[in-house]
Amino acid sequence: MKYLGLIWAALYRKPIRSVLTFASIFVAFLLFGMLQSVSVAFSQGPEFTGVDRLVVAPKYSIIDDIPLSYRNRIASIAGVEKIAHQSWFGGTYKDPGNFFPRWPVPPREFLEVYSEYALPDEQKQAFINTRTGAIVGKSVADQYGMKVGDKVTLIPDIWQNKDNGPWEFDLVGIFQTPDEEFEGQMFMNYDYFDEYRAFGNGGVGTFVVRISEPDRAAEIAQQIDGMFANSNDETKTSTEKAYNQMFAKQMGDIGFIMTSILSAVFFTILLLTGNTMSQAIRERIPELAILKTLGFSNLSVLLIVLAEAMLISLVAALPGLGLAGLALPAIGQVSPFLGGAELSSIVIVQGIALSLLLGLIAGAPPAIKAMRLNIVDALGEH
Amino acid sequence: MADNLIKIDRVSKTYERGEMQIPVLSELSLDIARGEFLALMGPSGSGKTTLLNLIGGLDKPTSGAITVGSERIDQLSQSALAKWRSRNVGFVFQFYNLLPVLTAQKNVELPLLLTSLSGSERRKRALAALAIVGLSDRAGHRPNELSGGQEQRVAIARAIVSDPTLLVCDEPTGDLDRATADEILDLLRLLNSEHGKTIVMVTHDPKAADHANHSLHLDKGKLVSEDAAA
Repeated sequence: MKYLGLIWAALYRKPIRSVLTFASIFVAFLLFGMLQSVSVAFSQGPEFTGVDRLVVAPKYSIIDDIPLSYRNRIASIAGVEKIAHQSWFGGTYKDPGNFFPRWPVPPREFLEVYSEYALPDEQKQAFINTRTGAIVGKSVADQYGMKVGDKVTLIPDIWQNKDNGPWEFDLVGIFQTPDEEFEGQMFMNYDYFDEYRAFGNGGVGTFVVRISEPDRAAEIAQQIDGMFANSNDETKTSTEKAYNQMFAKQMGDIGFIMTSILSAVFFTILLLTGNTMSQAIRERIPELAILKTLGFSNLSVLLIVLAEAMLISLVAALPGLGLAGLALPAIGQVSPFLGGAELSSIVIVQGIALSLLLGLIAGAPPAIKAMRLNIVDALGEH
Repeated sequence: MADNLIKIDRVSKTYERGEMQIPVLSELSLDIARGEFLALMGPSGSGKTTLLNLIGGLDKPTSGAITVGSERIDQLSQSALAKWRSRNVGFVFQFYNLLPVLTAQKNVELPLLLTSLSGSERRKRALAALAIVGLSDRAGHRPNELSGGQEQRVAIARAIVSDPTLLVCDEPTGDLDRATADEILDLLRLLNSEHGKTIVMVTHDPKAADHANHSLHLDKGKLVSEDAAA
């Protein structure tokens, strides 16, 4: 610690260069914090989803439908406790930028399967009993100023109705979930949707099955898929978590492209910064020779130089990561797909480790040179 | 019999530059008494700075023995030599070699970082050393806020702060005007006479050498003459 003043003072040697180096690393780690958090968000399923729920999806493409008639056959399988279904609605609420997923579902069954979706009993009953009823998550209601009793009008894109006009739903409830991320959705009464749509009647997107024995998940999934094998509408059953990951992965392809581009930017910044830091230390070789003259050992000089490089890297990286942590929720508001992205402790630890590694890599060549330098030669050059 | 602090016995130093061998000192023997103020003079390339570097433990001889106090410094490892320098030698250079980002006080404190002294004790000793060289009022100034003479005084304070027995000075007045040079030389003389420091000083300047007790002349790596001065 007694060397800290000496190490810190070196950063003031060329303040402008230090500030620019600091800024580069800051931006690099701002990017890192956001990219890693988005990556983690794409790769992880929601925490409360367990293996007690299975998703039965079309085998070949999520844009296919499954016949609603499968419901009773799936429900007859031993171990299946509850069954619901949901379908992708799409559509536009006032403006194409107002994106939140909308799903027609059978209200009673859906709320039984997703028992963690909480809303007052009278709203629950209203959803079950209102043909044109719909519920939205609290975050959607807050964002768009919706309240129970409102009419919610959606302009269709996929599902035209029989009048070829807008869809109108009655908002009868506002639900909350343990994880706020899942409040960014809207659910409508499937019966109304199915009856009023112009085509595709009798089909659903996926079935969601609650099973009584999670240990038998794999066996039940096999039974379900086996039941519909070789039919026109084969199914692929997986745990809810695996299905969510598969769904997210499709978004992840976009994420991958974004991650690739930004990673290239990140590493370019790191290389330039590393080079600048190395150059800054090389310029101080005569000063380091003085330290050795005064009796600082080779190891001390090596550690001082490395500590300096790692210090500037760390000091710049921490606010970069901090800003990423503040920015992610704001980005999640704009882009619902990134709603779950947050700066987790693992990303912070990774960022700190990476910043120290950057300092180590940038500082190592000049530090080794400083350690090995011959005092007489170095002073002679001065 | 004189109490010798430094004993140089048949020391040779040859530098290697690629395949070329450059002999600088040849079988040189010399005793320097404790409390001596010795000026080493000679033309460029005569080996005086090389001899000073050997005495100060910055370099090792190719052959021969150098004993300072009771220590054979030519036999010490690099790390042991570094430790020995920190305890026994103070260095003063022509261009001061202060760290520009540190204040005068922090520059003076540098050698004390190698000790187990507390921060407040280091500060106290640095201020005491600055008082000896007459720069108490410049403790908070950085080198670029000081004159050349003041910078050299700070360098001298740094050299004496750990109370070494020996001061080695390489052209300490080479970058200063006459009046400032005389002030620095008077200060060195004071350190020699009042504080008992043994001083070995390399200089081209005969007037600087006049401040020393003795002068030795080197030429082509050998001692050629000795003068008794002040």
